[in-house]
Amino acid sequence: MGEIKLMKGNEALAEAAIRAGVDAYFGYPITPQSEIIEYLSREATKRSGMLVLQAESEVAAINMIYGAAGCGKKAMTTSSSPGISLMQEGLSYIASAELPCLLANVNRGGPGLGTIQPAQGDYFQATKGGGHGDYHLLVLAPYNVQEMADFVKLGFELAFKYRNPVMILADGALGQMMEKVELPPPEPRRHIEFPWATTGKPKNGERRVITSLHIEPEKMEEINLRLQRKYKQMEEEEVRFQTINIEDAEYIFTAFGLVSRIALKAMELGRKKGYKIGWIRPITLFPFPKKIFEEVASKVKGILDVEMNAGQMVEDVKLSVCGKTRVEFYGRMGGVVPTPEEILDNFEKMFIKGE
Amino acid sequence: MELEKVDILVEDIVKPENLVYRRPSTLIDVDMHYCPGCGHSTVHKIFMEVVEEMGIQHDIIGVSPVGCSVFAYNYMDVDMQQAAHGRACAVATGIKRMLPDKYVFTYQGDGDLAAIGGNETLHAANRGENFLVIFINNAVYGMTSGQMAPTTIEGMVSTTSPYGRDTKTMGYPLKISELLAPLPGVAYVTRQAVNTVQNVRRAKKALQRALEYQKMGLGFCLVEIVSNCPSNWKMTPLDSNKFVQEVLIPYYPLGDIKVPEVKK
Repeated sequence: MGEIKLMKGNEALAEAAIRAGVDAYFGYPITPQSEIIEYLSREATKRSGMLVLQAESEVAAINMIYGAAGCGKKAMTTSSSPGISLMQEGLSYIASAELPCLLANVNRGGPGLGTIQPAQGDYFQATKGGGHGDYHLLVLAPYNVQEMADFVKLGFELAFKYRNPVMILADGALGQMMEKVELPPPEPRRHIEFPWATTGKPKNGERRVITSLHIEPEKMEEINLRLQRKYKQMEEEEVRFQTINIEDAEYIFTAFGLVSRIALKAMELGRKKGYKIGWIRPITLFPFPKKIFEEVASKVKGILDVEMNAGQMVEDVKLSVCGKTRVEFYGRMGGVVPTPEEILDNFEKMFIKGE
Repeated sequence: MELEKVDILVEDIVKPENLVYRRPSTLIDVDMHYCPGCGHSTVHKIFMEVVEEMGIQHDIIGVSPVGCSVFAYNYMDVDMQQAAHGRACAVATGIKRMLPDKYVFTYQGDGDLAAIGGNETLHAANRGENFLVIFINNAVYGMTSGQMAPTTIEGMVSTTSPYGRDTKTMGYPLKISELLAPLPGVAYVTRQAVNTVQNVRRAKKALQRALEYQKMGLGFCLVEIVSNCPSNWKMTPLDSNKFVQEVLIPYYPLGDIKVPEVKK
């Protein structure tokens, strides 16, 4: 068993980065995740030799990641909603140039400068590409502090497997709250020479060029097709989700991240009242766990999707069930967190009282 | 006048002992997309000569920008990364911090470096990032066909300053080298040109010095090269070089602006 500590989600993520042998962190302070760059500035370099650099902006930070990732190094950044918006250009380039990297969005309420309270309004941005062009990040949604830590190592494994940026989509509450977390033993930083990485032209080989520019349409289409094949492979191999009580369920509550815990509580309250409610938590938001929704669609009377936004993941749920069952949405926005009681109350209004 | 006929065979001309000019082995043997007479090809050549002469082809990583020189990686036979518009200094920071023992350079135009990338350039310089920035200043956006750049001089006509740059509404031409030189993280700043043979030789020397300073770990080195753009200036190559000499260089004077003290 690993070392057990009581930590904030942000700190757990930072500690996990040191233990995962990350080579470089480039970041810019923004609430509610500044603890990550502070923790790493304090701990990382002296313990693992990780480079920690406070960039002049999120724009610069993501481009530093491009440079470092292009050398085959494990490079990461973290930010919160407005900062992640600034990184979208860089992420589009990283996805197109097929470089591996990890970033975390500790989502706060928006739009605009918004609020520093937790929200899930960046689901579309995270899962549908976010920047220009047809690309996807692989998106992991933690629901507790343990997963804030676990998804760092997993994130890098997936990033290097697919040479694709991976995002941990958390929220302000997961970043700030303290929970028990079991930490893995530290891994040393690795030294691998990747054939695609620019580390100086090989003496017996061709130069390496990292670019997202392909002027000929046929070549650019070929790149696009390669990316799409990669996303298809992710859909086949990387889908992760968790279910509870779906075997006898007449209704499903679904939610990701922090809200999934509240929805789970709402499910328990509902079960006590005699409603046969099951629970599905998508863990990978891209690739989205379509099949499990497809499977339950023909067996249940309805699905209630709960989010801290105006209804974003619900679109993927609807696409997955393809009209086979009723899908309703309940959400709070702007940093407001729903309670289990209000979720159950709305469920009853929508599905039981026939309103 | 009738030329004296002499019997010279091609086979004689290409004999190594008769060779007076050749393409450096570090420059790839392909047609360049640059316009005839453009300074980019000259800078590419002299820089790749330096890389060849210093024997560092396998120990250098370059960053190409957005702009005319976006395709620099098609010509320079070294490992390269292509950066988003203006972000070359951030990308180079990522590379150099990961590979501190390698040589790293960016190759950027005036729009890329001084306009959209102003912040990345300033902060890389201020952190004293130990890499070389080659800054091609031809006072115009070349790739997008002739719009005003931050370095377009007063009164100069471009497609977005069709009546000449009016400093009252369009601001003043930016002297990046003078702006960055006072920063303590900056080791070496020089302004060169490639409009004459003499200037080409001086520019080459400056590029070599900058790489030597990088090896010594002295910090940020900037080699600005005042260049031409015959196509967008709508001039012949010869006239454009004259324009560099008579109009641009008086505003952007050539020579070293900051030189590090090197202990021998």
